[in-house]
Amino acid sequence: MDLTSINPVLLIASLMVSATPILLAAMGEMVVEKSGVLNLGVEGMMITGAITGFAIAVNTGSPALGFIAAAAGAAMLALAFGILTQFLLSNQVATGLGLTLVGLGLSSLIGKPYEGIKSPTLPRLDLGPLSDIPVLGRMLFSHDIMVYFSLALVAAVWAVLKFTRAGLVLRAVGESHDAAHALGYKVVRVRLLAILFGGACAGLGGAYLSLVRVPQWTEGMTAGAGWIALAIVVFASWRAGRVLVGAYLFGGITVLQLNLQAAGAQVPVALLSASPYLITILVLVIISVRGVHGAPASLGRPFHASH
Amino acid sequence: MKRRTLLASAALAASLGTAAFAQDPTKACFVYVGPIGDGGWTYQHHQGALALKEEYGDAVEIAWQESVPEGADSERVLTQMALSGCDIIFTTSFGYMDPTNAVAAQFPDIKFEHATGYKREHPNVSTYNARFYEGRAVVGHIAGKMTQTNKIGYIASFPIPEVIMGINSYFLHAQKANPDVELVVTWAYTWFDPAKEADAARAMLDQGVDVITAHTDSTAPLAEIAKEGGSAWGFGQASDMAAFMTNDDGTPGPRVASIIDEWAPYYIKRVGQLMDGTYEQIDSWAGMPEGEVVIGEMTDAIPADVQAEAQAMIDAITAGEYHPFTGPINRQDGSVWLAEGEVADDGTLLGMDFYIEGITGEIPN
Repeated sequence: MDLTSINPVLLIASLMVSATPILLAAMGEMVVEKSGVLNLGVEGMMITGAITGFAIAVNTGSPALGFIAAAAGAAMLALAFGILTQFLLSNQVATGLGLTLVGLGLSSLIGKPYEGIKSPTLPRLDLGPLSDIPVLGRMLFSHDIMVYFSLALVAAVWAVLKFTRAGLVLRAVGESHDAAHALGYKVVRVRLLAILFGGACAGLGGAYLSLVRVPQWTEGMTAGAGWIALAIVVFASWRAGRVLVGAYLFGGITVLQLNLQAAGAQVPVALLSASPYLITILVLVIISVRGVHGAPASLGRPFHASH
Repeated sequence: MKRRTLLASAALAASLGTAAFAQDPTKACFVYVGPIGDGGWTYQHHQGALALKEEYGDAVEIAWQESVPEGADSERVLTQMALSGCDIIFTTSFGYMDPTNAVAAQFPDIKFEHATGYKREHPNVSTYNARFYEGRAVVGHIAGKMTQTNKIGYIASFPIPEVIMGINSYFLHAQKANPDVELVVTWAYTWFDPAKEADAARAMLDQGVDVITAHTDSTAPLAEIAKEGGSAWGFGQASDMAAFMTNDDGTPGPRVASIIDEWAPYYIKRVGQLMDGTYEQIDSWAGMPEGEVVIGEMTDAIPADVQAEAQAMIDAITAGEYHPFTGPINRQDGSVWLAEGEVADDGTLLGMDFYIEGITGEIPN
């Protein structure tokens, strides 16, 4: 085994790219759950975003328009979830699972004509002198704009939840919708907005896969990333900063296991391939054992003003 | 006028339809492991199927099913196809081996053709494969000559003889071309997962590998290599992948050559035999001489002398003068596998479960 052939600078650089889709999706889902709604349809919204973004980027030649369309497309799907769960009071778990199935089916239908096509992709952002800094330049300042957008999103979500009135209202709705309602806040409206935000973020994550990371469209290409995003929210105990840590940890393990293989590590490959999933389960178990969840108190509970 | 044309063409279509029906076309069905749009393995099988239709016209009807998971699901698809009137069914992935044999037992009148497998448990099951290792030998030679870092990579799918054979052939000829070359193998444990294939390519590129060949089905590794901007190279796998020959800005693309699986000759031959009554159960393993393994156009990124050497190797294999596994070749542990001048027999190749000398790492179980 020659571990010196693994370059930590490049490892971190590729980790950031690899983790961006799940980071975006997990950030959106965290906001949704903070408002007290459990949307299990992240996978479906991601893949819908992946195909919508790809189709629009191919047809217009503009990856930026692709990302906007991806956010809009996935938010539309999330809106269906919002209407079903907020107005018609359907079961959130079942509706979310349904959303995943719908998203997977719909995307492969839309995607048929787009198989095997190259798409326009995002260029690396030119950060001028920053990119020329010896180690940090290659590691941190040589990515495309979406990587920085996802990081800015983490900071923005953290700041909004912590410091603003809007963030306080969102958290109040998520902790006790009855109290929030009694105070005169529009519980359903707040939740609907959160659901739309979550959908848009998941869509961006999906489009990052199909437009930057791969970049091509393939049926089922999210391959479970949405479920990992859901797990990361729990892993992070609903805190923005920890979502970032969780997403990079997961992205890191995926990239690290392939790097270890390439470096000739004498570790069973099957175990390495499964390691990201094993570690996620392990962390979830540890959190449960500790008993400190930090979950919003109204998470998953339906709300109606008459109750 | 328009309506009349419409009616006339409808009548024509109807009469054509009945005419074709009267001849009772032979129905050939195909089961694909990935989407036709993968641009690789499945795409190439589908090209073969289309060539078959082209060859026989109305005498043959084709049908196919894409993205059929290996395992129990495929058994359902096969049964469905058998019930829907298929006369011959081609199952185009290794993992369909047991389902193919299981369904074949229930439908003795239907012919089954399984690609890359070895089980023919019933008289109506044939197997077919192509000698991809011949193509791997040629790209291995090119890789050995082209690498600047002396590190070449192989994105492997599953540890089955087919893949191990490819790894050995690739490395053997890279080493002959460049004794200092080192081979890096990563196991993706998938035939088709573009994100993972891209990550595997990225991991190798980050570690200084500059020529990569893939044994997975998508074009994602080439797309990842393209990001290196001309300092790393790769090969089209299964299909020509000509889209990666030049970049959008006109510079040479990452694909310098390709190994093309040309299934059309085999499909045309077998369905033809079925129609004229000479069909028999066989185990087919054809390669460059039969035109089933083809090296796609070499680009100018390859130096002219290396192109000439590669072409000479192609010619020698096609003429039957050179077998890529010709001794002396030792096993990884140093023991002798083939003595000087000895040629590997097909049985050993089809069951290959060892690396040759010089490859580091172990084959996973």
